[in-house]
Amino acid sequence: MVLTSITRKIGRREWRPWLQILTSNGELLMNTGSKRLGLTLVLALVVAFPSWAQEAHVGDLTGHAANGKKLYRRYCVGCHGSLGDGNGDNAQWVDPRPRDFVAATFKCRSTPTGTLPTDQDLFNSVSRGFTNSNMPHWDSLPAQNRMDLVAYIKTFSPRWQSEKPGDPIKIPPEPAVTAQSITHGGELFQKMECWKCHGQQGRGDGPSAATLTDSKDQPIRPYNFADGKDDSRFKCGGTNDDLYRIFMTGLDGTPMPSFADVIQPNDAWDLVHFLRTLQVHRHSKENDVAKGAGIKAPAPPSDKEKPSGSGN
Amino acid sequence: MPLHQPGGSGRTKAGRSLPKSVVSLTLFLLSFISFTNQPGYAIPAFARKYGLPCSACHIGWPILNNFGLAFKDNGYQLGNDKDSPIYQNPAYFPITFRVTPQWHLENQTKVLIDQTGAEQSVTTHGFDLSGLDIWTAGTLYKNISFQVLPSMGEGDTFHFESAWVRFDNLLNSPWLNVKVGKFELDNLLSEKRFLTLSNVGGAWFNYHFLPQGDSNGFGGIGDNQLGVELAGHNQNSYSRYSIALLSSVDGNPGLTTTNAGAAAGSTARTYDVFANVNQGFAVKGLGVQRIGAYGYFGQSPTFYLTSNGAPVEAKGNRSFSRVGAYGWWFIKDLDVETFYMHGQDNVYLGNNIPANNPGGLPPGAVGPTWNGGFVEAHYTVNPQFIFTGRYELVHMSRQANPTLAQTPNLGNVDSWTIGYRWYPIMLSRAGLAVHNEYSQAKMGNTSSLTGTDQINRSVMIGFDFDY
Repeated sequence: MVLTSITRKIGRREWRPWLQILTSNGELLMNTGSKRLGLTLVLALVVAFPSWAQEAHVGDLTGHAANGKKLYRRYCVGCHGSLGDGNGDNAQWVDPRPRDFVAATFKCRSTPTGTLPTDQDLFNSVSRGFTNSNMPHWDSLPAQNRMDLVAYIKTFSPRWQSEKPGDPIKIPPEPAVTAQSITHGGELFQKMECWKCHGQQGRGDGPSAATLTDSKDQPIRPYNFADGKDDSRFKCGGTNDDLYRIFMTGLDGTPMPSFADVIQPNDAWDLVHFLRTLQVHRHSKENDVAKGAGIKAPAPPSDKEKPSGSGN
Repeated sequence: MPLHQPGGSGRTKAGRSLPKSVVSLTLFLLSFISFTNQPGYAIPAFARKYGLPCSACHIGWPILNNFGLAFKDNGYQLGNDKDSPIYQNPAYFPITFRVTPQWHLENQTKVLIDQTGAEQSVTTHGFDLSGLDIWTAGTLYKNISFQVLPSMGEGDTFHFESAWVRFDNLLNSPWLNVKVGKFELDNLLSEKRFLTLSNVGGAWFNYHFLPQGDSNGFGGIGDNQLGVELAGHNQNSYSRYSIALLSSVDGNPGLTTTNAGAAAGSTARTYDVFANVNQGFAVKGLGVQRIGAYGYFGQSPTFYLTSNGAPVEAKGNRSFSRVGAYGWWFIKDLDVETFYMHGQDNVYLGNNIPANNPGGLPPGAVGPTWNGGFVEAHYTVNPQFIFTGRYELVHMSRQANPTLAQTPNLGNVDSWTIGYRWYPIMLSRAGLAVHNEYSQAKMGNTSSLTGTDQINRSVMIGFDFDY
């Protein structure tokens, strides 16, 4: 039996038990101050819930918003603004515009479209940065600092208090790269009209490309697969798993939707294999297989044809 | 209103106003610090290019933090599309001006006065200007960076403090970067980016120390040098190395040397080597701690071939070295730099004797050696307010000859400095720091008449700004 007694000074002289909790038989007994207790519990929840929301957890790291606030002010406020709304002092010169943390809409997630990202997702974004934006990679900061920043970022939007992050999607094992999977992926690319934005050769120059805007009505370019010799330009990671994940989660806040409801996992993998062949300057297994099978690869873009932007 | 007025309570006004003034002062300081606790973002040159707050790269401008160090190591690149100048607005030009209008006071004790033939304390003070730095740096292309820094003092002509081009990330590896030109040695604890500016505290003695009577033309590891540097680092710049091959000219262009025993224009033909390696490791909750070691191994001429009386070629090169270790320790907002150096000069350099005249060496002459170090702390109240304090010493462990050894403390330095910098303006195009500093140094047995210690003091109140 455990008896916990808390006393509190009432008035100027009187001391009396304010709360007693007896837990020997699993019942919560309140012999005095029960109204106050109820109020206290409510207050405790009110206080505790935001404090839960002001933490971030990845592995054995726990980020604290209070620490993150100072770091945010040092590193992030110039672009993202003191209110986290993406309207920092330098935002007017930044293209693409800085992320609006108040809206809590994030492109790079492992969670279904429309849901909040996991702490790991935010941690990865902070660490990795975005090559085709002003956002640098912050992996020179200690991991604890990055976790603290993630915790603080989550304080800007009430969504973090009313919603929980979505469950990360499951990524099935990648099947072997074959000529058939690449060909089928190419067919899906046509069928699902990916080319309308990304262009037939994946250069981000499809017929709809010039009209696209993001959720802030800012112009946004589709990703140009043909640009660059490596995967560093992918916003949300450059592995095949990352590309698969993007199909399934979409890039919230952009015209890139989630295909989770309209595509089967094997089809998604085929599409990944095909997209790799659009990276004409990158050496890859997919390009080797396509070349060996005589699958006609899209012609490399000449400088004249090359679009000016690299897409988002 | 006079402070001392009779008061009805029998206490003087002063007796009551003193606590009030203390309270007022405290409140003022609190409000001062509170006021400084505003979002800050400054941008000369790089910040303007990337849109980052200056505090992203600096603990307190101009000290680099780890992110700034990684940015510098990566060739002034963040690794995104803004790195190459081709993506920049044509109106952008990577240039920063820095100057420091100030009031300062200088005091030196035991100065021999011609008119009296006696030693006395000498004090000067007044409004003044620092030199002007016109600093431009950035990328010429992706992975090709540069820096040009013409600098001048009041009434001086410009000289190149630095001018170099660097080829970054060779073979796509951050471990291979080659810099050519005149540059700051890869000192993790950088004298070019520290917080003290006064006449006494504006340099680390260890970085420039020479024993009394020494003729070594090397100005110290704090001087920028001419040469080529191979440097590398890992992705987050926790692991770093550099090795540089340098002309023995102490950074003076024209293949000249500043050797005190020769006229300018003499040709130096030797090379020095500087190597530095350091490792950082993150300690949970404290920050990135760093330890490192360095060594400078050089030669300096002791005499010159002459033609028509003018020196034309340096000869009699003799060796010297500066080696040591350092640490940089972070306890959240407090960081402490610790530094140790052991120095030694060849016997000919230490006694200012040409190497072709060994008979000129005093009996019992040896190469002078010394040890030195400093502890410097910074406390960052917030990115716009930082305190600093330093204690530094350099002590001779061996004088160059028995005569000098009779005063074993000759040339020793014991110095300390305190100060703060407040950055009321850290806007998107400029930065302004209110700089307040006191520094003093005791120089062992250097007074010319009595051979006793001299003390130099500086007080500085200034505005350090760049834009």
